[in-house]
Amino acid sequence: MSGPNSDYDPVEVTPLKAEEVEAMREAALAAIAAAADLDQLKEVRLAHAGDRSPLALANREIGALPPQARKEAGQRVGQARGAVNQALAARTEVLEAEHEERMLVEETVDVTLPVDRLPRGSRHPITTGSELIADVFVAMGWEVAEGPVVEAEWLNFDALNLGADHPARTMQDTFWTEPADHHVVLRTHTSPVQARTMLTRTPPIYVVCPGRVFRTDEYDATHSPMFHQVEGLVVDEGITMAHLKGSLDHFATAMFGEGIDTRFRPSYFPFTEPSAEVDLRCFVCRGVAGEVETCRTCRGEGWIEWGGCGVVNPRVLTACGIDPERYTGFAFGMGIDRTLMFRHGITDLRDIFEGDVRFAAAFGTEI
Amino acid sequence: MRAPLSWIRDYVDLPADLTADELAHRLTMLGLKLEALERPGHDMTGPLVLGRVLEFVEEPQSNGKTIRWCQVDVADANGTGEPQGIVCGALNFAVGDLVVVILPGGVLPGGFEISARKTYGHVSAGMICSARELELGEDHDGIMVLPPDAGEPGDDAFGVLPLRDEVIEFEINPDRAYALSLRGVAREAALEYAVHGDGATYHDPADRPVPEPNAEGYPVVVDDLEGCPVFVARRVTGLDPQAPTPLWMARRIQLAGMRPISLAVDITNYVMLEMGHPIHGYDAARLAGPIRVRRATEGEHLTTLDDADRVLSAEDLVVCDDSGPIGLGGVMGGATTEMSETTTDVLVEVASWDPVSMFRTGRRHKLTSEAGKRNERGVDPTIPEAAADRVVELLVAHGGGIAHPGVTKVGRAPAPRTITIDVDLPARISGIEIAAETTVSSLEAVGCEVAVEGDRLTATVPPWRTDLTDPYDLVEEVVRIVGYDRVPSVLPPAPAGRGLTRDQRLRRRVGRTLAGAGYVEVLSFPFVGVDDLDRLGLDAADERRTVLTLANPLSSEQPSMTTTLLPGLLETAARNAGRGQADVALFETATVTLPHEAGPAPILPVDRRPSEGEFADLDKALPAQPLHLGLVVAGERERSGWWGPGRAAGWQDAVGAVREVARALGVEVEVRAVTRAPWHPGRCAEVRAGDVLLGHAGELHPKVCRAYGVPARTAAAEVDLDALLRLAVDVTPAPSFSSYPVAREDVALVVASTVTAAEVEQALRDGAGDLLESVRLFDVYEGDQAGEGRKSLAFRLRFRAPDRTLTVEETSAARDAAVAVAAERCGAVQRA
Ligand SMILES: [Zn+2]
Repeated sequence: MSGPNSDYDPVEVTPLKAEEVEAMREAALAAIAAAADLDQLKEVRLAHAGDRSPLALANREIGALPPQARKEAGQRVGQARGAVNQALAARTEVLEAEHEERMLVEETVDVTLPVDRLPRGSRHPITTGSELIADVFVAMGWEVAEGPVVEAEWLNFDALNLGADHPARTMQDTFWTEPADHHVVLRTHTSPVQARTMLTRTPPIYVVCPGRVFRTDEYDATHSPMFHQVEGLVVDEGITMAHLKGSLDHFATAMFGEGIDTRFRPSYFPFTEPSAEVDLRCFVCRGVAGEVETCRTCRGEGWIEWGGCGVVNPRVLTACGIDPERYTGFAFGMGIDRTLMFRHGITDLRDIFEGDVRFAAAFGTEI
Repeated sequence: MRAPLSWIRDYVDLPADLTADELAHRLTMLGLKLEALERPGHDMTGPLVLGRVLEFVEEPQSNGKTIRWCQVDVADANGTGEPQGIVCGALNFAVGDLVVVILPGGVLPGGFEISARKTYGHVSAGMICSARELELGEDHDGIMVLPPDAGEPGDDAFGVLPLRDEVIEFEINPDRAYALSLRGVAREAALEYAVHGDGATYHDPADRPVPEPNAEGYPVVVDDLEGCPVFVARRVTGLDPQAPTPLWMARRIQLAGMRPISLAVDITNYVMLEMGHPIHGYDAARLAGPIRVRRATEGEHLTTLDDADRVLSAEDLVVCDDSGPIGLGGVMGGATTEMSETTTDVLVEVASWDPVSMFRTGRRHKLTSEAGKRNERGVDPTIPEAAADRVVELLVAHGGGIAHPGVTKVGRAPAPRTITIDVDLPARISGIEIAAETTVSSLEAVGCEVAVEGDRLTATVPPWRTDLTDPYDLVEEVVRIVGYDRVPSVLPPAPAGRGLTRDQRLRRRVGRTLAGAGYVEVLSFPFVGVDDLDRLGLDAADERRTVLTLANPLSSEQPSMTTTLLPGLLETAARNAGRGQADVALFETATVTLPHEAGPAPILPVDRRPSEGEFADLDKALPAQPLHLGLVVAGERERSGWWGPGRAAGWQDAVGAVREVARALGVEVEVRAVTRAPWHPGRCAEVRAGDVLLGHAGELHPKVCRAYGVPARTAAAEVDLDALLRLAVDVTPAPSFSSYPVAREDVALVVASTVTAAEVEQALRDGAGDLLESVRLFDVYEGDQAGEGRKSLAFRLRFRAPDRTLTVEETSAARDAAVAVAAERCGAVQRA
């Protein structure tokens, strides 16, 4: 490698001979070609294209030449420097490409290593399921109504045509609060929200009310003192059972897929008349002969009991300040827990309330 | 209601090939819901025959038992005609008795196969059966001895005994009380076949000629005709108290779910099941003077026939004689006049009672009975005479009694109810096209008399339909007959909605934020007990100890509604730890119940809307029920792995999660150190937004961790989510920011250990002036170089101007100003 030309003396300068410049150029190009990596090339650049490289020094000497020689020498040196710079650039490109190629190989990692440093969160399927249900109705223009869990007896029962002496009071085993003569209960259904809605709004009313409700049921695989209901209420002019059926069919399809509809069976609820139980067409076997017989979801029925519904009893409208001569309404209610149990094959209701992180985690953040 | 198919067929001529399945399905679609279908006797197969005991030898055994080695004539049923040798352990029969024999090859209920087997030194070729083995009753004291005229040896027992039947159990809704009888079930079956089939003739068991009331009947006075509008009494004398209940009757009572007891009691039950009207029988010999029906005197006593001494209320209806109350009318009879095994003289009472009074009395005395169940729902008030007459007929026929000529009847059935509706009301409400004629014929099919006048119709309701009171009740009758399956499916024309409310949207955001941060949502029961609160370490005055208590909790350990979400979350964390999942981050959003002094919630009228004041009174009686957010984080928050060690959960996770939620809602919160249970006294943060207290977060007190069995250093937070949501930003204003270069200045400030980072940061902000863009604490050092009782806090300040590039001088001046305020307020000294 050439060192700096330290004993250069401009007075003793010799005319820049073509052979000499050629030699400098050859030496530089050879060194560039020989540079094996970017570090070596850096040194080559310094030696052959740096400020104190032979060609740079030669370039400086041009000024000392007689004018007639300057042009020729200038051209010669300039061409040599150009060729060196070009070679440097080309070599740099090659070496950089090689370098990157090598780095990429060296940087290979095991991408199968686990990356679960932060745990995964999730929302409870009852929450996301309730939201899914709410969204189905909100998309139809309904709104989501809410109310308190600790509720006045009058709103939970009396306003819904369930007076104190109604035999159906015993159908719902109620949690009473102390003192008992304060007439405050844990709501046994979300129907008091319907009553509140009717008491605070004027028709047209289109609401859906999801929420937690309480009954004095011992806790086991299919019963719980707390569970979740979703109820719907529509009060408008000209509302019929057909609108009820249409809404429930739409709900069923949204939750369980195309072709899944509902069936009504006569039933009894004090707050509706006529009343019906709603069955959902089994979304597994669809009641198709040959499959329904062995279906475990509907136990061979082709239908799954889903909830209750009916035309709002005019007595309820009256108690809630709505003119039963002008308006009719319908209401329905079903268990959210139960709906999710058969939708997702949950076999033990307690999984919903025990909070084992593996349960909610399986459902992620949407259902 | 359990209805044997054979019994239903007594009153309605159903198609011979009709299966119980089909009938049950069709009645379900009509409103009598199938609960269960049983086929008693169908798992039993012959040869099961009648046999006559020809002779037997008693053989005492070494085990103390005596067996009988019997020769039984089964005619040709055994293929040989020779007597059958059978070992029998029972001793309750005599030579010549007619018995039931199962021969080898037969199968008894439960898959019990019979074969000839060697026992007690004989080959026993079959078995003499007890009623219990044939599932005809509970009696297992001995074998079943049939009446001598029941049949001949060799007869197939299935043709002689009511062994096989099909029983449909219906779930009867409170409005269909009439279907709590074979009369009612058969009527529905007839109705179904009349409307949807070829028709089926119905024979009403209550439709029978009855003798006119006369003066010779047992004297009865009814003081309260509202409580007891009809009272009919008949009498049968000279009964044979030993007379057995006929097998067919006992079998039907058993299949209907009741227990055969004695002939007279069985007959009253049988007729109740048949007609749906409760009946009470008195031992007439034990009656003292005339019967009087009145309201009880408050505090009066009565021993009912379940031997309970009951203190009566002035609202209870009682049946009395000269001795005082002898029965709780319509609910349960008294012990002193109860029929017994010596009763020969029976007074039969069939009375109509006020349903509300029945319901209240039943509830007051916690009495549920078959009679009470029917009386409180309403029974047909026109059939007491028929029911009483039927009882008399059966007592005479099977008990050898003599019908007393006296017939007592006090009061009379109320006039039938009429309901007037628009003829098209059923069509209008159901959305089904229903012709006027169909509406009329449907109402007639359920027993109404219908008169049409113009576009209105008036239906006279049949007496057994006590539930039909309102116009819409008639709509239901018409629609169920037309068919609920004919209701079309039409979406209602809802007006444009406003979507979710602000709070509903924000709550979803909170859940998603926490799930995104690695928290798992759980649901807990809201019940809490003193022990749960003690374990939180709450002191006696803590407001969270003021709970709303349930009058009838499921568990006496947790009788109250919780005021905090932490007990449920901690239990859940502990449960997870117990299942090998100690590293958990949990959250829950739920309301808590915060009671305050309040009066009772009024019971308002229902015939009008409550006034605004009345409605407000309802809410005033309710406790506050704010929505809370609770969270618990335990174990490793970040896992260890190939990247290095994990990070244990701590106070910063709980505080951080609350900050994260607040940030998601656009709420600026401040944090300061406080002491509050159940948190570690030095690691508890109070979270506020301005002067609104939002909640607390931090590491739990070690005692609390131990008490709940959660990992040490578990952290938790609880926030009033309603309060937080109220502060949420509705419309975020767009930021304006400068595109000039930023100038960074790092400062290290040494302060006393007791000074908080928040205080220093606030001082820097206040001192730095308008050019300050952000402050961020990036290091905390508490080593030797900071000095004893001191710490070093390193902040990065970023400065930027909206309109120019800052000069070094400007930046330095701003930094110095910031440090100066920190020095002044917090005693901060800048490290070189
Ligand atoms: Zn199925």
